[in-house]
Amino acid sequence: MALVLNEEQNMLKDAAKDFCTNSMPITQLRKLRDDKDESGFDRDTWQQMVELGWAGITIPEKFGGLGFGHMGMGVVMEECGRTLAASPLFATAVLGANAILHGGSQEQKSELLEQIAGGELLLALALEEGPHHNPYGSAAKAEKSGEGYSVTGSKKFVLDGHVADKLVVVARTSGSAGDRNGLTLILVDRNADGVAVTRTVMADSRNAANIEFNGSTGQLIGEEGKGADVLDRVLDAGRILLAAEMLGGIQECFERTIEYLKTREQFGVPIGSFQALKHRAAQMFCEIELSKSAVLEALSALDEDSDQVAELASLAKARLNDTYNLVSREGIQMHGGIGMTDEYEIGFFMKRSRICEHALGNSAFHRDRYGVIQGY
Amino acid sequence: MSLEAFRAETRAWLEENCPASMREPVAEDQIIGGGKRQEYEPDQKLWLDRMAERGWTAPMWPPEYGGGGLSKGEFLVLQEEMMRINARAPIAGMGFSMIGPTLLDYGTEEQKREHLPKIISGEIRWCQGYSEPGAGSDLASLQTKCEDKGDHFLVNGQKIWTSGAQFADWIFTLVRTEPQAPKHEGISFVLIDMEQAGVTVKPIKLISGNSPFCETFFDDARCEKNNLVGQLNRGWTVGKRLLQHERSSISGLNSGGRRGGRYGTLGRLADIGKEYLGTVDGKIADPALRNDVIQNHMDSRCFGLTQSRAMAESETGGTPTFLTSMFKYYGSEVGNRRLEIQLELMGTQSLGWEGETFNDLEKTLTRTWLRSKAGTIAGGSSEVQLNIIAKQVLGLPD
Repeated sequence: MALVLNEEQNMLKDAAKDFCTNSMPITQLRKLRDDKDESGFDRDTWQQMVELGWAGITIPEKFGGLGFGHMGMGVVMEECGRTLAASPLFATAVLGANAILHGGSQEQKSELLEQIAGGELLLALALEEGPHHNPYGSAAKAEKSGEGYSVTGSKKFVLDGHVADKLVVVARTSGSAGDRNGLTLILVDRNADGVAVTRTVMADSRNAANIEFNGSTGQLIGEEGKGADVLDRVLDAGRILLAAEMLGGIQECFERTIEYLKTREQFGVPIGSFQALKHRAAQMFCEIELSKSAVLEALSALDEDSDQVAELASLAKARLNDTYNLVSREGIQMHGGIGMTDEYEIGFFMKRSRICEHALGNSAFHRDRYGVIQGY
Repeated sequence: MSLEAFRAETRAWLEENCPASMREPVAEDQIIGGGKRQEYEPDQKLWLDRMAERGWTAPMWPPEYGGGGLSKGEFLVLQEEMMRINARAPIAGMGFSMIGPTLLDYGTEEQKREHLPKIISGEIRWCQGYSEPGAGSDLASLQTKCEDKGDHFLVNGQKIWTSGAQFADWIFTLVRTEPQAPKHEGISFVLIDMEQAGVTVKPIKLISGNSPFCETFFDDARCEKNNLVGQLNRGWTVGKRLLQHERSSISGLNSGGRRGGRYGTLGRLADIGKEYLGTVDGKIADPALRNDVIQNHMDSRCFGLTQSRAMAESETGGTPTFLTSMFKYYGSEVGNRRLEIQLELMGTQSLGWEGETFNDLEKTLTRTWLRSKAGTIAGGSSEVQLNIIAKQVLGLPD
């Protein structure tokens, strides 16, 4: 599997870095937050991202996408992570698109993927029902109703939930919460009857919502009762691409911290000359290098549709969770008092880190999963 | 020739020339070191001679000195093909990993022609004279004296931690040739024949039992003038370059079909956990230790991926110099953690010293665990490696 980017991927990365730095700097996130912007993202910037083809990076060309692959989406996500860019890219182009790609009928694929790539359709995955990631824990019910299904239940922490046009709901047609069998994916229109969306304002100023479904009808994605097969693939792709975003945030946070160590003086010397800080910085460097490798290997596995995707997704997510946790904390600590101010941007990384850590599985979840997959 | 053709040719040659008994992984310290006092099993000598004749004991060294002259790609193919049949490296040692590459960098033509072929054939075995009782992490403060006596040098002093000195024929060493100069500017790098009255060796016993470490004493030891490597008083640069070669992993065939990483012969941590603690629903029964096992496996895997990535990124297929400290630091730390976890998994069965109540793996583990504490100290301690990363990679100020 490829652990280095090829020339094309490097070019995409450079273009993404340029775009994110110029069009989506952290100041944009700050402004969206302070203005209490209703969308939680800048629609003009999203339009530009769509025009660059980003919404369709992993969508096959025959469905209107770029067919560039997951490594390509990974470098874009990474650059977005550096500037803490707020956009629908992850929920729509990663989670939503993968649900349609892996579970959708031919009709659904031709209709919806084109819309996603064209930026006309925003999606959100409604999975969680509690404060911890629980892929098979859905209790929300789905019942056959005419041509489609009727969904009743309560979903939490739906990324982009309040701006999505359609929701991919993980519900249950049989079994009970915790059973892998019996899960069914239903595509519900945000404006369908009985859908009540409550935006949740999170510490990282990124979009999330709680959504109540009360007899809301939608269409089946994939096979009834076998939704977990599609869900697993969506979640693993999500974990890996989220890990890629985290890698960007980690590197940006680390680089700013190193820069601060070199310039901030106390006791007549740069604080970066203190050995305690040098050692902690060097240790972080090592963790970051390992994190890079895990993300690249996992992205590569996605592109090759390897049978190691699941274990590599858990390897990468657990690793990036821990590294972002460490680097974001050290980022504040090493900046001292100024790191605690809202005016300084370094604190934003820690806020984003925690949200990312919990989304799609924290480290304990993924260590356990890795062990199970490996047979111990 | 294309890589594919090379692979086919290599595979065929190995099939025909690698004795069956050489097709089994061995612990690192079981690999032949060579030298005048080496005793060989017939197959070991056969395997060594065949590989040496092809230059494949030093696959990427220039053929004019007896090396294999392989490219990075070809070398990787050779390694893969050897691993495929579990073929061990026929020989390993400091000749291959340290002094050979350093002579290729800094040696005179005469030195290369004199010393490299004998390393490649296994005729001469080398050891390293760097540390002294008073000069460990602060190596540059070394005091072993090297005086110019006209047609030769006279060396007086003591080295410590000289691995394998009791088996070595020659020693490469850092000595002080100009006591008045600032410490980094009065050091020279010389090669000394140990087969002389002025060189004596005393083995050092460690907490883990016998070890290859020794004290090496120079009492009016003679060093030929033509065995000065690099310029007089400019040996520190040579010495530092050698340390980079030491930290780098790909100078020779030192993996020898070893499975499961560095401690593969001690078993897979997860399997040990299941065996000694039992399982509940297929999971290692102690959840906290299971978590430690998983974390260590994940750490090792990410580390392995990083080594592969570094090789893929590098032009020469070697470890980029700025990463050697990272690999040394992380590799030794994760390896030590692994052994500590294994101790936890095996309990008092892993703390036996000798006798029949402990099986071979258990007794090996005890010694390996004790021995491993040197891993974060030798070759530049973890603290020194972090200093190097901070300075050279991150650019943090002194």
